[in-house]
Amino acid sequence: MTAGPPVVALREVSKRYPSGTIALDRLSLDVGAGELLSLLGPSGCGKSTLLRLIAGLLEPSAGRIEWTDPAARHRLGFVFQEPTLMPWARVADNVRLPLMLGGMSRAESDPRVDEAIAHVGLDGFARAYPRELSGGMRMRVSIARALVTRPLVLLMDEPFAALDEITRFRLESDLAELQHRRGLTVIFVTHSVFESVYLGSRVVVLSPRPGRVAASRRVEGPTPRVEAFRTSAAYLEACREVSALLAAATERPVTLALSPSGGEGSVPPSPSRGRGPG
Amino acid sequence: MARSEMSGSGRVVAPVLIGMLALGVWEGIVRVEGIPPYILPGPLLVARTVITDWSTLFPSLLVTLAITGAAFLVSAVLGLLLAVLFTQSTWIERAFFPYAVILQVTPLVAIAPLIILWVKWIPLALLICAWLVAFFPVLSNTVLGLTSTDRNLVDLFRLYGATRWQALRYLRLPAALPFFLGGLRISGGLALIGAVVAEFVAGTGGAQSGLAFRILEAGYQLQIPRMFAAVFLISAAGVLIFVLLQGLSRLALGRWHESEIEAES
Repeated sequence: MTAGPPVVALREVSKRYPSGTIALDRLSLDVGAGELLSLLGPSGCGKSTLLRLIAGLLEPSAGRIEWTDPAARHRLGFVFQEPTLMPWARVADNVRLPLMLGGMSRAESDPRVDEAIAHVGLDGFARAYPRELSGGMRMRVSIARALVTRPLVLLMDEPFAALDEITRFRLESDLAELQHRRGLTVIFVTHSVFESVYLGSRVVVLSPRPGRVAASRRVEGPTPRVEAFRTSAAYLEACREVSALLAAATERPVTLALSPSGGEGSVPPSPSRGRGPG
Repeated sequence: MARSEMSGSGRVVAPVLIGMLALGVWEGIVRVEGIPPYILPGPLLVARTVITDWSTLFPSLLVTLAITGAAFLVSAVLGLLLAVLFTQSTWIERAFFPYAVILQVTPLVAIAPLIILWVKWIPLALLICAWLVAFFPVLSNTVLGLTSTDRNLVDLFRLYGATRWQALRYLRLPAALPFFLGGLRISGGLALIGAVVAEFVAGTGGAQSGLAFRILEAGYQLQIPRMFAAVFLISAAGVLIFVLLQGLSRLALGRWHESEIEAES
C-alpha cells in the first residue's frame, strides 16, 4: 500500500451550497497513486461532498482540484453508500452500465462484465435481479460495476455502513486484496475508526462541518490486509491513536470499545472486558 | 390482529362467493316481494336479457369499447410524450401543466355538449371527451415517475458521461414505468366512464350507438331488464379492462418491482 506520487491534489478547496451551508473550508489533500486512503470524520463533516467534488459531480466554490494524470480523472469508479443498482436490470446489465454508456457493444463488453463479476465473487449470479440478492451481494455488484471500467481511482462513500458485521469484514478483506492486486488508488469514506484503520494505508481525519483536514496518520500493517491484522497490537494501537485524533478533531471525548466491529455507541476501554482485538 | 394470508384460489373464490350471495339475496327479495320487472328485475331476468338482446347489445358494446380503447391509447401515448416533454424543460412544464390540470378538473358533462357541437363527427367528439377524462392520470403519474429517479443513479449516469437520451432511455423511463402503469390502470377505467358519459350527452341513435344510448333507449321504453343488462355489460367491460391492465403491469414489473412481487406472494 505504499503511496506513489499524488494522483489527485486538492488545494484550498471550499464548498458552499446554495442553502448557505459550508460543507468544506479550505481543505487541502494529496492522494498518492496506489494509495488506499481512509477519510474519517463525524456525520455531516463533508466527506461525501469531498468525494463528489473529486468525481466532478460537484464544482468547488473555491480552490482547485489538480489531477497529475489527466487520464485518471476520466477513469473513476464510484461506489455509493447504498448499492444504487437499477432494480429492473439483471446483475450483468447493472455491471455493464458504464461500458454501455461509453458506447461499447454487448459482444465487446461481455468478457469485461464476466471478469468484473468474477472479481467480486458473484459467478453464477449474472442473470439474477438485484432483489434476489442479499445486501452484501448487491454491494458486490456495485463494486463490480465500479471496477468494470478498469478505473485508476476508486471513490467509495461509506459502502459497507449498512451491512452486517460478518459481511462487512469479508468485503473489507476482499477490497484490500483487490486494491493490492490491481494497484488501485482508493479513497474510502467511513465514520468507523476500525474500518478506516483496517483498510487505510493512511487515515485522514476531518473536522466537523465545515470539513477540513484535522489530522493524518499512516497505518503500518500487512499488504494486503489479512484478517489476523484485526487482532494485532499494531491495529489496536492505531485504532486508539486514530480515535484520539478524531476526539481532538471533534473537540469532545470519544471513547473506544475494544471491539473491531466498527459500530457506533462505543463504551470506555477496559482491559478486563476481554473483547479486544489484542 | 394480523390479517391472515389468502391463497391464490381464495382470492377468486371469496369475491365469487360474496357475489353469488348478493345475487341470491337480490333474486329472493324480487321474488318474495313480487317486485315487477319494470321497477327492479331480478338477476336471472337480467342474465336472460343479456342473452336474448345480445344482437342489440353486443354491437353497442363494441362501439363503446372502440371509443374507450381509442381514448385510452391516445391518453397513454400523449400522456407519456407530454410527461417526457415536461421533464425535459421546467419552462415547458410550468407553461403547460396548469392547463392540463384545468382540463382535468372541468366537469366532462359541462363541456361534452360543446365538444359534440363543435366536432361534427360524433365518434371523434366522443373520443375527445373520453380522452379528456383519461389522459391526466397518465400524465401526472408519469411526470412523478420521471422526476423521482434515484439521485445517486442520476449522478452515476453523469459520472459515466451519459447523454440526455441515454439517461432518459436507460434510467428515467424504466424508473417511471411503475408510475406510468399505475396511471394506465386509472386511465383505463376513466376512459370507459368518459366514453359512457359522452354517449349519454350525445344521445345518438342508429347503428353507431354505444351502450349508454341503449340505456337511455331502454329507459324511455321502460325496458328496465335491458337497461340493467347494458349496465352489467359496462361494468363487465370495466372489470375486463382492469384485469388486462393488471396483467400488463404484472408482466412488465413482476420480476423486479415490489408492488408486483408482493402481489405474487
